[in-house]
Amino acid sequence: MKSITQSKPLEEIKQSLAKCRQIYLIGCGTCATMCRTGGKSEVLDMKQKLEAAGKKVTGWMVIPTACDVLTRDALKENASEVAAADCILVMTCAFGVQTVARYAEKSVYPALDTLFIGNEETPGEFIEACLQCGGCVLGQTAGICPLVRCAKSLLNGPCGGSVDGKCEVSPDTDCAWQMIYDRLAATGRLDELEEIEPAKDWSTSLSGGPRQITIEDTEEKTESQD
Amino acid sequence: MKAGTNLEKILAGGKFAVTVEAGPPKGTNPEVIQKKGDLLRQYCDAVNVTDNQTAIVRMSSLASCLLLKQMGVEPVMQVVTRDRNRIALQSDVLGAVAWGIGNILCLSGDHPKLGNHPQSKAVFDIDSVQLIQTLKKMRDDHKFINGDEISGEVPLFIGAVANPFADPFEIRVPRLAKKIKAGADFIQTQAVYDVNRFTQWMKIVTERGLDKEAHILAGIIPIRSAGMARYMRDNVSGVNIPDDIVTRMEKAEDAEAEGVEIALELIAKVKKIPGVHGIHIMAVGWEKKVPEIIERAGLLPRPVL
Repeated sequence: MKSITQSKPLEEIKQSLAKCRQIYLIGCGTCATMCRTGGKSEVLDMKQKLEAAGKKVTGWMVIPTACDVLTRDALKENASEVAAADCILVMTCAFGVQTVARYAEKSVYPALDTLFIGNEETPGEFIEACLQCGGCVLGQTAGICPLVRCAKSLLNGPCGGSVDGKCEVSPDTDCAWQMIYDRLAATGRLDELEEIEPAKDWSTSLSGGPRQITIEDTEEKTESQD
Repeated sequence: MKAGTNLEKILAGGKFAVTVEAGPPKGTNPEVIQKKGDLLRQYCDAVNVTDNQTAIVRMSSLASCLLLKQMGVEPVMQVVTRDRNRIALQSDVLGAVAWGIGNILCLSGDHPKLGNHPQSKAVFDIDSVQLIQTLKKMRDDHKFINGDEISGEVPLFIGAVANPFADPFEIRVPRLAKKIKAGADFIQTQAVYDVNRFTQWMKIVTERGLDKEAHILAGIIPIRSAGMARYMRDNVSGVNIPDDIVTRMEKAEDAEAEGVEIALELIAKVKKIPGVHGIHIMAVGWEKKVPEIIERAGLLPRPVL
């Protein structure tokens, strides 16, 4: 699982930093480094751009995994440089931004947009893999998720806009149901196409505030591992 | 009878049905839809009202259908799952039935990215098959999706669409079968230009006996100009216009007359295909030509049942 990010336009970043003169920068050594949006070179590049725009950068760091609880320690280790800043510009995915905001007593601004949870299918090419809907249908759809791959999230087969294996929304997008069809055909499961998938229970998805889960025996397991 | 609408009576009576599409205005003037109703009332069995087609905001399908209903023209209300969740969809169905609208056509709808509000959030809480299933459950079991009881009758004649020209071809009949299994009573197809492919599709449909389970209306879009033919061939996904039709339009001295000729030829051809129980004309802004086409196709007078 990787959190795929894209840099916000510099103008938008400058606008959000309008009130701040002194800025501390944080990047991430995991997903944002892989996406080339928040690794060391991007952080240094941002430093240069902000300085060119008349800002002072009090310091910077690239936390190995910014969403981890160790971010708290990293902030403590760099406390004086962080304290000298008016705000922190975070060049990580939204997980990292939220973690920094939780542990730093400073205004925090994101430098990136978090796009999706996805895979790097070929180097430099990322594609959304999972909607995190809380009700997996991959068993019925030959391991291809129609909720993310189909523009309309159709659960019962392709719409009338599927042509030559492509989606009507964009010629660059493969039709999810063509892919599902091909894989069902290859595994002799075409008869399943006529089974009606009933209306989905979206209550496990984005409804009713943040989704939370508590794993009961976490402490015991941690202890036994020690 | 499931809903007892005129369209249902025509089809159940074995008559060859004619429906015509009427798009609502991008504004508030009721006369736009009323004029289309007046123009078409003697020429078809029901007027089919689109629901924000191509994801462009227009007067609502339900309100436009009411305007038709008030003037004694039978509507087919299109409902897409793009803009409303299951709560709103079921609520609109109750309202439509309360006003005597019995024909409802279920679609997923064109994606917002293709329309004039590409920034909008697409809903797609349920898909078209699930909407058909929902309407059937409302009608036959008097129950909402969640199983709660509905008070009162829900007489509905349920429609769905099919596109024999989209890919993969092999999935197109199974997909139709799925919609019929979900509860579709009648089917409108995408516009037919490639008669060979349509015939091939209908052959599989009739072999499986699906034409006995639901009434299939072949889609007809009259072409107005060579430019329109080229545009649809090159830019509208799932519409397949063979090159010889485009060439005919390009070479015609009177393109509009040629477009009418082509439509008449297509109607004559689809009418002969076993299992086709009617046509659905989508004139896309060229409604004034529809009476002439229907008359010259020999489909008048419309039966009164």
